[in-house]
Amino acid sequence: MSSATVPHTHHVSVWRRVQKQLGAAFNAVLNFFIDLMDYIMHPLQRLVGIRGMGYVFVLPNLLIFGVFILLPMITNFFYTFTGGANLFLDQRPYVGAQNLERLFDCQNFLAPNTCREDLFARAVTNTALFVITQVALMIGISLLTALVLNRKIIARGFFRSVYFYPVLLSPIVVGLIWKWILQENGLLNALLVAFGGDKVGFLTDANWARFWVVMISVWSLMGFYTLILLAGLQSIPSDLYEAADIDGANVFQSFRSITLPLLMPTMLVVLILSLIRAVQVFDVVFAFTGGGPGSATIYIVQYIYNNGFASATKEYGLASAASLVMAGSLIVLTLAQLRLRGTNNVT
Amino acid sequence: MTKRFLTFVAVLALLALTTIAVSAQDPVEIRFMWYSDGVEGDVMRDLLDRFEADNPGITVTLDVVPYATVRDNLPTLAQAGEAPDMARITNFGGMRGLYLDLRPLMSDPSLLEDNFAGAVLEAFRLPDDTEGLYGFPDSLSVTAPYINRTLFEQAGVDVPSDSMDEVSWAEWTDALKQVAEATGTPYAVAIDNKGHRFAGPAMSMGANFFDADGNFALANDEGFRAFAEIVKGWHDESLIPREVWLGSGGQYTAANEFFESGQVVMYFSGSWQIGRFDSVIGDAFDWAVVPNPTGPGGSTGVAGGAGIVAFAQTEHPAEVAKVMEYMLQPEVYKEYVERSLFIPADKAVIDLGVEYTAENPLVNAALAQFAVEAGKLQDQAIRLNLHPFAFAYYDASNTRLAQYFAGELTLDEAMTRLQEDIDAAVANAGS
Repeated sequence: MSSATVPHTHHVSVWRRVQKQLGAAFNAVLNFFIDLMDYIMHPLQRLVGIRGMGYVFVLPNLLIFGVFILLPMITNFFYTFTGGANLFLDQRPYVGAQNLERLFDCQNFLAPNTCREDLFARAVTNTALFVITQVALMIGISLLTALVLNRKIIARGFFRSVYFYPVLLSPIVVGLIWKWILQENGLLNALLVAFGGDKVGFLTDANWARFWVVMISVWSLMGFYTLILLAGLQSIPSDLYEAADIDGANVFQSFRSITLPLLMPTMLVVLILSLIRAVQVFDVVFAFTGGGPGSATIYIVQYIYNNGFASATKEYGLASAASLVMAGSLIVLTLAQLRLRGTNNVT
Repeated sequence: MTKRFLTFVAVLALLALTTIAVSAQDPVEIRFMWYSDGVEGDVMRDLLDRFEADNPGITVTLDVVPYATVRDNLPTLAQAGEAPDMARITNFGGMRGLYLDLRPLMSDPSLLEDNFAGAVLEAFRLPDDTEGLYGFPDSLSVTAPYINRTLFEQAGVDVPSDSMDEVSWAEWTDALKQVAEATGTPYAVAIDNKGHRFAGPAMSMGANFFDADGNFALANDEGFRAFAEIVKGWHDESLIPREVWLGSGGQYTAANEFFESGQVVMYFSGSWQIGRFDSVIGDAFDWAVVPNPTGPGGSTGVAGGAGIVAFAQTEHPAEVAKVMEYMLQPEVYKEYVERSLFIPADKAVIDLGVEYTAENPLVNAALAQFAVEAGKLQDQAIRLNLHPFAFAYYDASNTRLAQYFAGELTLDEAMTRLQEDIDAAVANAGS
C-alpha cells in the first residue's frame, strides 16, 4: 500500500459514515411523518374499508379535476342559456337557445357575410382551414425530421435538442419573436430590401398572414411530435430492416412496408394530439397577428376570448355558446379517432 | 397550580393586548389600480407620498398595470367583487352601479359637485341616479394631429396650417405626401386604430354620431363614410403604416412609436401624448400640434380623458374618500395637471390658472394649441366618450373598419355591421 492511498481510503470511510448518518436522519424524519399519517389513515381505513382506500387516494386529484375542469364546464353549459352583461349566473336572465341560434343564424357558412355572427363564421372557417393545413404539415414535417434524427447522423443529440427547443418557449414569446422578424420593418423585410427586393406585408396581407400562422405554429410544436415519432421509430425491431435488406428491399420499400405500418399507432396518437391542439389555437396567433389583418386569422378561441373577456360589453352567454360548440366538435373528433384507434388496435 | 394558571392567563392577556395594539397601529392600505401614458404615474406617486406623510394611518399602493388590464379585466374584477379600492379608468360608464358614492363620505362634496361638468358626473351614474358622486376626470384630453415640423423644413414644404385658417384632409394629404417623398420618410400619416381617434375627423367630415334620442346611428352616416374612404385611400397608397390597423386584429394599437422614431410626418392622436413626446423625442426633431383639419362638418377633435373612481366594495370607504378629497383639492389637482402636462377638467383649477413649467417650448406651444382645440369641440364630440356605450362603438369600429381597410368588407357592409354590433351590445346590457 502506497502512502498516498491511506488518506484517500480514510476520506472515503469518513464520507460513507456521514452518508450513513445523513440517511439515518432522513429516514427518521420520514418515519416521523409516516407515523403521523398513520394516525389519519388507520381511522380512515376503518371508516371506508380497505377497498375504499383507493378512492381516498385518487380523491385529491378528482377534487382538482372537479373544481378546475368539470365545474367550469358545467358552469359554461348553464351560461350558454343566459343573457345580459352580469357576471354571476343567478343575476343572468334565462334566454333559452338564443345564443346558439345567433351563432348558427346563417344562410351559408362559407359566405360569412350572410351570417348574423359573421365573425363566428369566419372563425370557424379559418379554424377548419388552419387545422387541415397545420396538422397535415405538422405530421409530415415531424415524421421527416424523426426519420432523419433516427439515422446515425453527425451531432444527432445536438439536432434532437435544437428541434425540441421551440417547444420550451412560451407561445407569446414565439408570437412576438416572429412578429419582430416579419413585420414591415422587421428582419426579413430588411433582408429583402438589402438584396434589392421590396417589402412584403407578411402581417398585413391575409394570405401571407395565414401562411405564417401555420408555419410558426408548426415550427413551435413540431419538436414535441418529432419526439413521439422518434420513440415510435426506435421501438421498431431492427431485425425487420435487416431481413428486408437481405430480401433486397430498397429504402422506400422498407419505409412503406415496415416503418409506416408499425409507426401507424404512434402516428394516430400524434394525429389526435395535434388535431385537438390545432382546434384550440389561440395564444401564439394572438401575440403574432391579433387575428388580423381584418379577421383573416381569427380562430374560434379568439372569438370566445374577444366576446367573453376583451370587449367593453362582455357577452358571456355568446362566448359560452361558442365554447360549447367547440367542445362538441372536439368530442366528435376525439370519438372518431378513438373509433379509428380501435380498428387499428392501438394500445 | 393556581399561581401557574394565573401566570398563564396573564401571559395570554398580554399577548392579546399586544396584538390588538399592533392591529390598531396598522395603517390602512388603499389599493389604487393605475395606468400611465406619460409621467402622470410618477407625479401621482409623489402627491400620494405627501398625503401619506400627512395621514400616517393610511398608505396608498399604486398598482401600475397596462391600459388593457384597466379596460378589459377591471370590469370583470369589479363584478366579481375583486376590484381594488380605487382605479384610474377611461370608460366612465362601464362599471356604473359598482362605484362608491362619495357624497356622504366627503367633508366637502362641492369639490366634486361644483367643479366638474354635470354631464361628466352623470356619466358615472346609473340612469335613475341624479345625486351620486362617484368619481372625477383627472384631466381633459382632446384629439388633434401632431406633425414633424423638421421634416417639413427639410422637404422645403410649407406647413399648410401656417398660412391657412382652414385646411382640408385632401390638402393635408397632398402636403404630407410631398414631405414623405422629399425626405424619404416611410409614411406620410398615421392614426391610432381606435374609433375614438377616428371620430373627430369623421365629425369634421360631417358625421352625426347620435340620433335624436342620443343613440349611436352610424349605419348610413355620410361623414363617417367620407373619412373611412380617406383612411382606406391612405392604406391603398401605403401612406399609412398598415400594421397599425391591419396587423393587430381588433386590438387597440397606438402609432406613437412611428412618430417618435421620425417614421411618419403626421400622427393623429391626442393631448395625453405631450408628456411622452417631451421625454422620448427630446430635441431629436421639432414637433407641433396643428388644428384639426376642416371638412363639411367643421373642424373638431373629440374629448376624452381618464377618471378616478372608488369602488363600493372597498373595506375602507372613509379612508378612500379622504384620498379622493385630497386629490380634489385645487392646489393638488393643479400640481398634478401642471406636472403631467394635462389639460384640467376641474373648473376651480381652470379659474386658478394653470402654469406649465416645461422647459421645452414645443410643449407649451402644443398645450396652447390643444387649449384652442378644446374650445372648438362640437357638442357630440364632448358627448361621445361619456356615452354609456362609447366603448361598444370603439370595439366594433376597430374590427369593422379594419375589415374594410383589409378588403374583407365593403364600406356599406362595415358600417351596417358596426351599427349591428353596437345595437347588440346595447341589447345585451339591457337584457
